Amino acid sequence: MPKYLIGLCAAVGFTATVTLGTAFGQQDAAQKPEQSPTPPNQTQTAQTPATQSPTTQAPTGGNAAQEAKVADPEELVDDQGVPLYAVRDGKVDQGTYNGYRRYASSCHVCHGPDGLGSSFAPALADSLKRMDYWQFTDVVTNGRKNMGATGDKVMPTFGSDPNVMLNLADIYRYLKARSDDKIGRGRPERFKAPS
Amino acid sequence: MNPFVRCLLVTAAIQAATAAIPTGAFANDDILKNQKDPSNWALQLGNYAGQRYSTLDQITRDNVKNLRPVWQFSTGVLRGHEGGPIVVGDTMYISTPFPNNVYALDLNDNGRIKWKYEPRQDSSVIPVMCCDTVTRGVAVAGNKLFLGQADNTLVALDTETGKVLWSAKNGDASKGETLTAAPLVVKDKVYVGISGGEFGVRGHLTAYDINSGKMVWRAYSTGPDKDVMIDPQKTMMLGKPIGEPDLGIKTWPADQWKIGGGTTWGWYTYDPDLNLIYYGTGNPGTWNPAQRAVDKDRAKSDNKWSMTIFARDADTGQAKWVFQKTPFDEWDYDGVNENILADVTVGGAKRKALINFDRNGFAYTIDRTNGELLVAQKYDPSVNWASEIDMKTGRPKVNDKYSTFAQGEDHNTTGVCPAALGSKDQQPASYSPDSGLIYVPTNHICMDYEPFKVEYSAGQPYVGATLSMYPAPDSHGGMGNFIAWDPSAGKIVWSKPERFAVWSGALSTKGGVGFYGTLEGYLKAFDLKDGKDLYNFKTSSGIIGNVNTYMHKGKQYIAVLSGVGGWAGIGLAAGLTGEQEGLGAVGAHKALGEYTQLGGTLTVFALPDTQ
Repeated sequence: MPKYLIGLCAAVGFTATVTLGTAFGQQDAAQKPEQSPTPPNQTQTAQTPATQSPTTQAPTGGNAAQEAKVADPEELVDDQGVPLYAVRDGKVDQGTYNGYRRYASSCHVCHGPDGLGSSFAPALADSLKRMDYWQFTDVVTNGRKNMGATGDKVMPTFGSDPNVMLNLADIYRYLKARSDDKIGRGRPERFKAPS
Repeated sequence: MNPFVRCLLVTAAIQAATAAIPTGAFANDDILKNQKDPSNWALQLGNYAGQRYSTLDQITRDNVKNLRPVWQFSTGVLRGHEGGPIVVGDTMYISTPFPNNVYALDLNDNGRIKWKYEPRQDSSVIPVMCCDTVTRGVAVAGNKLFLGQADNTLVALDTETGKVLWSAKNGDASKGETLTAAPLVVKDKVYVGISGGEFGVRGHLTAYDINSGKMVWRAYSTGPDKDVMIDPQKTMMLGKPIGEPDLGIKTWPADQWKIGGGTTWGWYTYDPDLNLIYYGTGNPGTWNPAQRAVDKDRAKSDNKWSMTIFARDADTGQAKWVFQKTPFDEWDYDGVNENILADVTVGGAKRKALINFDRNGFAYTIDRTNGELLVAQKYDPSVNWASEIDMKTGRPKVNDKYSTFAQGEDHNTTGVCPAALGSKDQQPASYSPDSGLIYVPTNHICMDYEPFKVEYSAGQPYVGATLSMYPAPDSHGGMGNFIAWDPSAGKIVWSKPERFAVWSGALSTKGGVGFYGTLEGYLKAFDLKDGKDLYNFKTSSGIIGNVNTYMHKGKQYIAVLSGVGGWAGIGLAAGLTGEQEGLGAVGAHKALGEYTQLGGTLTVFALPDTQ
């Protein structure tokens, strides 16, 4: 499925599965002693305790995905198949980063910067507090119309748009991380390969 | 009935009906007459020259402080209200965003609704309108009113009854094509453009016969000379014939020109003496320049004729001259802004000039008879993507540091000024023949821009870049300026900072006072001399419409549509990133949503009767 990886990996120097595996391994270690609610990490600077495990954002499974093994971004999903993001030291996994870019290209034009909504379309950082991955997938793929007194709101069908459909899980990862206040506004930084 | 068949039948009926009426008089005789009478606001830009200036002078810099709202009218539609009211005689005409209702309001009866036109449009067009469901207003000529509907239907309505006289289909929303521009009528033709630069649309300007609704010609922005209506031996570029044929194909890789953008959603102006119409074409698609590069070489990749000012014969559509402002765009400096026609002195000689404040941050003064470049200077000091415009070639000297092509795909190029919104977007400026200056609503926003590869899919966004925008660094912290510009010298005369981008069209008047609206919703009156605020009133919603003036029963009025939205509403509703950049007083708060909410309202202002 994730053809995007081919292009992106080459381009951004995201080197190998091993690297990411290490990164998540560290995160898993760091997350254990962590207290529960953490402030939004707006500045994306390194506040080590402010990192979150992928598990806290699984919309369906509660803690079921706590031990989600993360060896490869393709597998960064819970046991229900719901994509997971990872934030460590304010930095994100490759998929979430890719989701940021794809959001900016395909969604931003209506839904505003950073998932914050606009005068035209709702704030998805807010919507994903209520909407699970499967509903999200349904609406993006098939579109939706809300007619009302405040004007027609129409979500188009993106089912035929490869820029969206091939990156849907990543767009979800990014927005879910925004929705959970785990990443701030603007461009998130990626985990770097240790030098 | 099949709408197309119905349209044909209606058209046929109209032709039969009008056959009996002598149609010798051209519609623009009527428009010229209407625009000469300052009681009217006959065209969206005030006159054919696009000057947005009025000789009305009851409201002056001294008494404008007594201005007050005298009546209001809810349009019943939310979303961004661009454009503005047209006033001809005793009737005011306003149009709304989707569903593009039109109201004729009786000025003799406190704005009673004479008629309302309410088209039925498929709502599936809404999400392919890239930047809100705006329209930039209607055109009135003789007994006809012209409206470009979101769904690409151009309609002619009877100005007395609002009944549809004819309609024509100008595009296909399933390909991302929409219609947002205000039509322009010259003689027996009405011109409309097309929107959809973020959907891989191939732009064009199309002329329809005002009586039959039949297409007369269509001039594309890209492709072979025949389609673009260029004659390389005759069409001038920088004072010489273009020479080389089919640059609209050769400056693109393979078939990219077919989805190459160059949409025409801005404003159109007209010089009756030269019989030329002027308009600009928009950004090339996609926003990722690497996908538009021939042999990875910028020098081969002008992507003509995107980003180009066209001067076309109003009758035949043939291009008289062309001037490409941003060859091979790398920043979405969508070149559709209005071309103001004014006779100005440059280098000691009076010139028939055209002045264009391009999105790219340069203001161009061009000889409008032949396209010769006279002046090109930055109208915002923060502009950094190019150091200057080469006066011989008309080309910008691009700074590689801010070149998203030189920096490459998947690289985040930072600190580019202006942002993709441009130093000015669609909000039209105003030229005062009294001062010789142009009053320009501007944006003061910079960006980071990362292009990446995208696939084309018909009717889907074709963007291919991620942008972060923030107030221009090391400045006053605000996101806009309102400036006075000297088009002869190419210099800013005065500049006043604004908290938000100024997205409203300006007005200047013989009374020495000018007007514009702000995104927070203020209608502001300013002194043309120095920009000093003379009056303000906070309307019900942010203003992205254009301020107009007219006279009724001997009294001068100011009219404006409020209703925040448009790209400004999308980009600024939640505020910009990089709040730390805006520490100045003006920029203390940046989320537009903290200041205003949706809602379409017309507000009309006047001086008290006892004045």
